[in-house]
Amino acid sequence: MPEIRYYEAVSQALAEEMTRDPRVFVLGEDVGLVGGTFRATEGLMAEFGARRVRDTPIAEAGIIGVAMGAAMTGLRPVAELMTLNFGIVAMDQIINHVSKARYMFGGQAQLPLVIRAAAGGGTQKGAQHSHSIESWFVNAPGIRVVMPSTPYDLKGLLKTAIRSEDPVLFIEHEMLYNSKGEVPDGEVLLPFGVADVKRAGRDVTIVAWSKMVHEALRAAELLAHEGIEAEVIDLRTLDPLDRDTILRSVLRTRRAVVAEEGWRTVGVGAEIASQIHEALFYELEAPVQRVAAADVPTPYAANLEKLALPDAQRIVEAVLKITL
Amino acid sequence: MTIAAADQITMYRNMVLIRRFEEGVAEAYADGFIGGFTHLYIGQEAVATGAITALNHDDYAIGTYRVHAHALVRGSTARSLMAELYGRATGVCKGKGGSMHFFDAQHYFLGGYGIVGGNLPIGVGVALSMQMQSRDAVVMNFFGDGASNQGVFHEALNMAKLWNLPVIFVCENNFYGIGTDVRTSSSFNEIHKKAQGYGIPGHVVNGMDVLAVREKCEELVRFARQGGGPVLLEARCYRYQGHSMTDAGKYRSVAEAELWKKRDPIPRLAKSMLEAGIVDAARLEAVQAEANEVVTDAMRFAEASPWPAPEALYQDVYAEDASA
Repeated sequence: MPEIRYYEAVSQALAEEMTRDPRVFVLGEDVGLVGGTFRATEGLMAEFGARRVRDTPIAEAGIIGVAMGAAMTGLRPVAELMTLNFGIVAMDQIINHVSKARYMFGGQAQLPLVIRAAAGGGTQKGAQHSHSIESWFVNAPGIRVVMPSTPYDLKGLLKTAIRSEDPVLFIEHEMLYNSKGEVPDGEVLLPFGVADVKRAGRDVTIVAWSKMVHEALRAAELLAHEGIEAEVIDLRTLDPLDRDTILRSVLRTRRAVVAEEGWRTVGVGAEIASQIHEALFYELEAPVQRVAAADVPTPYAANLEKLALPDAQRIVEAVLKITL
Repeated sequence: MTIAAADQITMYRNMVLIRRFEEGVAEAYADGFIGGFTHLYIGQEAVATGAITALNHDDYAIGTYRVHAHALVRGSTARSLMAELYGRATGVCKGKGGSMHFFDAQHYFLGGYGIVGGNLPIGVGVALSMQMQSRDAVVMNFFGDGASNQGVFHEALNMAKLWNLPVIFVCENNFYGIGTDVRTSSSFNEIHKKAQGYGIPGHVVNGMDVLAVREKCEELVRFARQGGGPVLLEARCYRYQGHSMTDAGKYRSVAEAELWKKRDPIPRLAKSMLEAGIVDAARLEAVQAEANEVVTDAMRFAEASPWPAPEALYQDVYAEDASA
């Protein structure tokens, strides 16, 4: 299988879906001529033209509104927000309009719409460009939230997202764009709501998504030296959430750590930990641990940023707290 | 005047029906059958009527939270709209939308949005969709004077002109954004001229004169349909009631309201049709009686209609849980 980079998996998926379905088109800031700030839409304008790979003004709410109108009337837009920070500018359109329309119009509005955005910290971009705010969107019903950790997952999930009849927020991680992985040429389709066990283990379950999957895998390596076998579950989609895979694993390991890059307070980890406690309280050997970002705006200084964001070492510490 | 007699009678029927419908809504609201925010359209009948009757059946209309009239003129039945206001399963959105969220796919009416200005980029997206699919349809995008101060107003106009889209922005300038006078809220309150900042032709019309609105809209619809790009029409009008059912409108003087009521669009059209010999008094009375009957029937229908079944609670959040 050929190895490609995470950003190349985006353009592969988009190109294949645009070829397959003439209703699919891409719009966003710098997606066309520039090929995307993260190179994710490179080559698409040359292949499909400026009509279907449409450069837009810097107007995030407008971009999402336009995509919604197009989706409601027969097209399948893939809107890029460049980074999820700018999604906050478009929050009214995403939450008040896109995620609610099908329900509040009694099922009459069809919204096959994908919103792509890069997120995550770790590159010293300061407080306004380091967001991991997936919990804000998972909290809102009506929009799917997908966060792939590998090129393979990205391609398979993005193609599924484009074919989905629901609006999908597709969150890519800035620090993963250059990561490599094996991806077969041609059709890869991964279902939503199916987590992937990235490493099997018997002693503790680590639940993660996006970049934290890689931190969890590093943590599992370190723990293996201590004789602790950690199972790493990559959720891949947060909405829908694969509750069964989480609970099945924890029922076996009887210990769990949830690792996320988002803020700890009211994060997705809090929800998952609570669900595990509700379902498996009497099966657990220890309380579920949460690893998350410090509840501060992400600082610029390299040492402080490192302190603010969770990593493999933190996951190791959390695991040791409930296994020793 | 170039508008055919039959069209004039149709417009008269529409305006009388809107007036009677809104009076019925006020009664039902007072009687506790209708909840939430409910914004009446009494006084502005000439705008929705003159504008929307200039559209083809497969053109689109999209609007704000004050859209009872727009849906009626588009062709939604009084029964389906009244039942929606009563929150019943027979409502146009199955009771999930309410007053601010009418939507009728069958009649190319795309909502009904409760956030000021929120519909503007969505309507632009619909127009983009028409252009990309080489469809002949245009989009009529309604908004109020207050929305012209929202960021998305500017984003929407900019993109519409940038891509030369077939959208007719119709500003219903009733001079008040909720309770704030346009002179207090808008640094420049000749709203039709705001379009010029985007290279979009802006027009102004007497929104209390349905024939003038219709004539102007026929011209603008033709312009947009023939590839002329976006246009903006400011229709100056007045709402007789407060902003919503819970607003007594005390921020306006009695004298001001009386002045506008003298310009009432319904007797104005009646008088001109009588003078032109298009109708006689008996015909006008018959139209009034018919509207009474339609609205009384709609209220009876709504009251007798069932509430949504409990299982509707979880229907239509996502495509897969579609209702029957």
